Amino acid sequence: MSAEPTGPAPAADGATRMPPIVTPDAVAFWAAADREEFIGQQCGDCGRFTFPPRPMCPHCHSLKREDVRLSGRGTVVSYTIPRHPHPFGFKTTPIVAVIELEEGTRLVSNVVGIAPEAVKMDMAVEVTFEPTMKDHKVPVFRPRSAP
Amino acid sequence: MSRRFREAAVAGIGATEFSKESGRSELQLAAECSLAACEDAGVDPADIDGMITFTIDNSDEIGLGRCLGVKDLAYTARIPGGGAAAAATLYQAMAVVNAGVCDNVLIWRAMNERSQYRFGQNPTSMAGYTGGHGTGSLLWCIPFGAMTPASWGALQGARYLHTYGITNRDLGHVSVQERQYAATNPKAWFFERPITLEDHQNSKWIQEPWLRLLDCCQESDGGVAILVTSLERARDLRQPPVKIAGACQSIPYNVEVISNYYHDDLTVMPEAVGTARRLYAQTGLKPADMQAAMIYDAFTPQVLMQLEAFGFCGRGEAADFVKSGALALDGALPTNTHGGLLGEAYIHGVNSMAEGVRQVRGTSVNQVTRRTVEHVLVSSGMAGAILEKV
Ligand SMILES: [Zn+2]
Repeated sequence: MSAEPTGPAPAADGATRMPPIVTPDAVAFWAAADREEFIGQQCGDCGRFTFPPRPMCPHCHSLKREDVRLSGRGTVVSYTIPRHPHPFGFKTTPIVAVIELEEGTRLVSNVVGIAPEAVKMDMAVEVTFEPTMKDHKVPVFRPRSAP
Repeated sequence: MSRRFREAAVAGIGATEFSKESGRSELQLAAECSLAACEDAGVDPADIDGMITFTIDNSDEIGLGRCLGVKDLAYTARIPGGGAAAAATLYQAMAVVNAGVCDNVLIWRAMNERSQYRFGQNPTSMAGYTGGHGTGSLLWCIPFGAMTPASWGALQGARYLHTYGITNRDLGHVSVQERQYAATNPKAWFFERPITLEDHQNSKWIQEPWLRLLDCCQESDGGVAILVTSLERARDLRQPPVKIAGACQSIPYNVEVISNYYHDDLTVMPEAVGTARRLYAQTGLKPADMQAAMIYDAFTPQVLMQLEAFGFCGRGEAADFVKSGALALDGALPTNTHGGLLGEAYIHGVNSMAEGVRQVRGTSVNQVTRRTVEHVLVSSGMAGAILEKV
């Protein structure tokens, strides 16, 4: 498989990535992403982090959810290269990955800035942002030097 | 009807042909396979009093009842979770028969999933998110290019495969075995078309480096129906009854259907572990009591993970278990003997449940004969059932 260079993020007006569906409980997460801030939901009572966002803490049932800036650092705990069909809206084949964050939660995202063949399990990554259609942004991750 | 506890049994199974273009409506497929299941049992379709399917099926309960002339439905349910809920239909059918509220429960699945729309392709509509699917994939995967069931399944299986050093070639042994079964099953789409490990390795990457084309189930047109009634009534019907010895669902904390990346240990399938625990507790049976298994095989890694979850081998050992020939007719656990969702057709697991019934009846085209089939495990991950010879 030949290496496919991952170019710089396209300009927002030309972005072709599908935008997120913003549900009521995830408004803060996506609004922050639009400002290139990476936030997570921390319980205002027991202090634990949860993802995906939800209205109630599953550990103590508190409704005091606090949206806090996360470190943006994590590791790749799972990944795949979607070869067929080519994902809609992507100019080059993306690396899809499950990122485990320092705060302990996980999310699906992309690893950017490297060729698909270069992704490795447990690779250290840090957050950056890419634009989508309809002027949104989504958090994606690029390699960082560990730790 | 008196509401006393009654054991439940499968009395009838029915199916259409499996194709890539049925040429008729999904409702017609549903009606044809449902009628076939009633005829197999010797039950008048008018007497159906329970109807159960699971989400993503497009046929309406009342629409189907109108075809069959169902005169008074007592129970309907459409279980969330798509294919993960396949075996939950047996669970609910068992429960309503046990409870004495239904006598003739119809389970059905009928779709033109190849000719009318394609499950394996990118989504064509982002019309919005609704509950009842058990997955956040629309919300949390699609903006990142994980747009297909194969992409979600690959991400789910990757950590397991990586941890135990299981290669894509290892996975090929599952595909080769299932296609061997399909090759001798005249109803299978891949009848008389077995594959070799080299064919598997030469098939294109769908999700690199985890899934090739031949690791993925088909997209199929077709329908399968199952009729469940009480054991005592089934004894008087046309076929030997197949008792539902136990059935359950298990949806542990933080587990999702297929986009299953939030629970603690990504090298296990907690829902299948939970299903196994509950099924064995319900029935007093253990892995060694199963003479065959029908395991949901949308993608090959999930077969390995379920084999481990149900205790047929230890953790990380499923690839070697499969390579030893365990899934073959003369192996330790003949599995997906109809060819599975890879080889027969993708009727979302209901065709696999029907094969479980045939193995207990002794009527499979690939019948287990080395041992008497007393128990067959049916698993769709988040749900399972044990079928029993009486
Ligand atoms: Zn809390």
